[in-house]
Amino acid sequence: MYLTDRSAPVKAGTDRPRRRGPGRTVAPVVLVLGTVSLITDISSEMVTAVLPLYLVTTLGFSPLGFGTLDGVYNGVSALVQLTGGHLADRVRNHKLMAGLGYGLSALCKPLLLLAGSIGALGTVLALDRTGKGLRTAPRDAMISLSTPAARQGRAFGVHRAMDTTGAMLGPLAAFLILRAAVDGYDAVFGVSACVAAVGVLVLVLFVPGRRHGPKTDEAVGDAADDAADEAVVADGRQPVRVREALALLRLPQLRALAGCAALLGLTTVSDAFVYLLLQRRAGIGEEWFPLLPLGTAAVFLLLAVPVGALADRVGRRTVFLTGHAVLLTGYALLLWAPATPALPVAVLALHGTFYAATDGVLPAALAAVVPDRLRASGLALVGTSQALARFCCSLAFGAAWTVWGDGPALAGSAIGLLCCAGVASIVLRPAESSR
Amino acid sequence: MTSTRRRLLILVAAVLVLAGVGTGVVLHAAARADRANRPQAGGPAVGAGTLTLDQKSRLVFVNGAAGPHRTAVASVPSAAPDGRRIASDLKCARFYAAAGTGVCLQSTTGVLKQSNRALLVDANLRTRRTFPLAGTPSRARVSPSGRLVAWTVFVSGESYSSAFFSTRTSILDTRTMRLTPSLETFTVVRDGKPYHASDINFWGVTFASDDDTFYATLNTANKTFLVRGSLSRRTVTTLAENVECPSLSPDGTRVAFKKRILSRTDLWHEYVLDLRTLKETALAERHSVDDQATWLDNHTVAYALPTEGKVGRSDLWSVRADGTGTPRLLIAGASSPAPL
Repeated sequence: MYLTDRSAPVKAGTDRPRRRGPGRTVAPVVLVLGTVSLITDISSEMVTAVLPLYLVTTLGFSPLGFGTLDGVYNGVSALVQLTGGHLADRVRNHKLMAGLGYGLSALCKPLLLLAGSIGALGTVLALDRTGKGLRTAPRDAMISLSTPAARQGRAFGVHRAMDTTGAMLGPLAAFLILRAAVDGYDAVFGVSACVAAVGVLVLVLFVPGRRHGPKTDEAVGDAADDAADEAVVADGRQPVRVREALALLRLPQLRALAGCAALLGLTTVSDAFVYLLLQRRAGIGEEWFPLLPLGTAAVFLLLAVPVGALADRVGRRTVFLTGHAVLLTGYALLLWAPATPALPVAVLALHGTFYAATDGVLPAALAAVVPDRLRASGLALVGTSQALARFCCSLAFGAAWTVWGDGPALAGSAIGLLCCAGVASIVLRPAESSR
Repeated sequence: MTSTRRRLLILVAAVLVLAGVGTGVVLHAAARADRANRPQAGGPAVGAGTLTLDQKSRLVFVNGAAGPHRTAVASVPSAAPDGRRIASDLKCARFYAAAGTGVCLQSTTGVLKQSNRALLVDANLRTRRTFPLAGTPSRARVSPSGRLVAWTVFVSGESYSSAFFSTRTSILDTRTMRLTPSLETFTVVRDGKPYHASDINFWGVTFASDDDTFYATLNTANKTFLVRGSLSRRTVTTLAENVECPSLSPDGTRVAFKKRILSRTDLWHEYVLDLRTLKETALAERHSVDDQATWLDNHTVAYALPTEGKVGRSDLWSVRADGTGTPRLLIAGASSPAPL
């Protein structure tokens, strides 16, 4: 898909850094990491766009054969994210872990060519997903650690906007190659590997290694952080992985954010279902179905930076919650709005706004809560709980669809989302003053 | 500063090298695509000619042999399948024809996505009607009378990382031009009771001669079933489990199908099921068959197998439908067989 990956929602984004007004304050590291994400997403979405075609037309897999490949990596990826985040903190080298993740995914691109069977292909795709899981938390931690607390939202917005730009350019590149070389799937994979290598190279050459940044200190430093630091000082010498994560969970603010992210994730219907419902409700021609995610991505792209900046000003929790209210509005339109030509536009706009208000804003909100030394672990923890919750939601939504039909299932999710958002707004409110 | 300049130099150099590699890879693939459109020494004889669907005793198929007629609908005499191929102008990913009606599924690469469509063609292969498709062409069938047409596409607007994939099977009545966009709106009866699920997928329709009854694969909850359906009543009923891509024999008594021989793997063997007794007979083909077979007559089925050592190419094979004999190479470099 063109959007962030649902299985590990705290990551993909895109961005278009806009240098307007006083907003030229994004740390160079963020721009470099954004560039890395942009290039890497071009590479991975090139493959994503043509993989089904390749499987069916060239390898001759039947639909069901492809189906068995699909959807088995979600849980794994979330757990890998946790591992990546923790290891990055443990070896105190976020760049190394992120580089390993990007490198692993880059290696997988040429391997796709050699994988002729479902089993081999499944292995390569699993490795690719592992790379993605490994790099997410360290990368977000680097963004977070290089940015002062007051500008986290904008920084993540810039990164997500750049990331999404890459995701939108990828399919374009892939289909241009296929036009130049009919059946040239090997060329698509080859070029994708080259592009991925450039991404890794930019990371290796231009992202500063180790902990860095004089700005780091000001990023922390509120009362919550002191408490947090105390909590980890106790077992800060190389504690067991699970222990350390649990210690983080003792931080009330982190617990609140992780809990709310999971709670809201439980009622966030996966994108595929949203597009399917939209297509049914609005009577969109099936041939246009593959383009629906592009609509969401475009809105996400346009709004990621301004909404991120807004979050810095009015409070990230507020924006995060508002994002879910926007999503709720989208559900309401899907449920009750008449099928006018404006419906798909409105729903996709709301859906994209939801991503802009949540995808980068959540990690931005964590910056003030998680101590520097455990930043990647903390980000991974929240990301993983959100991903697993969304995965459970997908399963539950499928079951509800079966029992009640699509409309009632969505209505159920909407009511659930309303309740969860209510709870979340109460839980997150007291912390509002500290953003 | 110097260090920055050095790193920039490294990056520029690497980008130049990688751009060169990328360009080379694309040019190589483009050259290969060009070669595929030129005839190869030792390849089968293929020539342009007039091909109509009301000719008798001919076998039509999609030509896969290298040359200008690659992917074109072509035909050979049924009695001499290795003879000279007559190719039409119509190029398809998947094709089927019966009684003067043909269906051609096409896939072209656009800028933002692939563009797929189904062409309903008359006996002279002229397009009567075009239908946009939601995904990659997979299966196509025409009823024995030529009145009904069915196709299955594989829908995927999402990445391989999402738990979302789907097939869509449509049936067209060519007399009224009424299209049933998706069989998923039909009532499913499983073990005598109505069955509902959100994960229902259909594929691989095959028609009986009454222009109402059809057989197809139903997939739900990780199981596949053979279903018998009625177009007029809009229902399907499950008959047997682990049956995919059925193909009804000309006498209407048996279906050839592919059976998954080991759960959760992609190995299928071709079987024939007697519809009266539900008795299965394994055919002599020992390779994994991932195709919807076609009956050449009441005793023989044909199917495509990937050409060994050549990615993206397939050959047509035939085997006796009673489980005896050995598979025989029918047409090299071909797919989508349909006897006229």
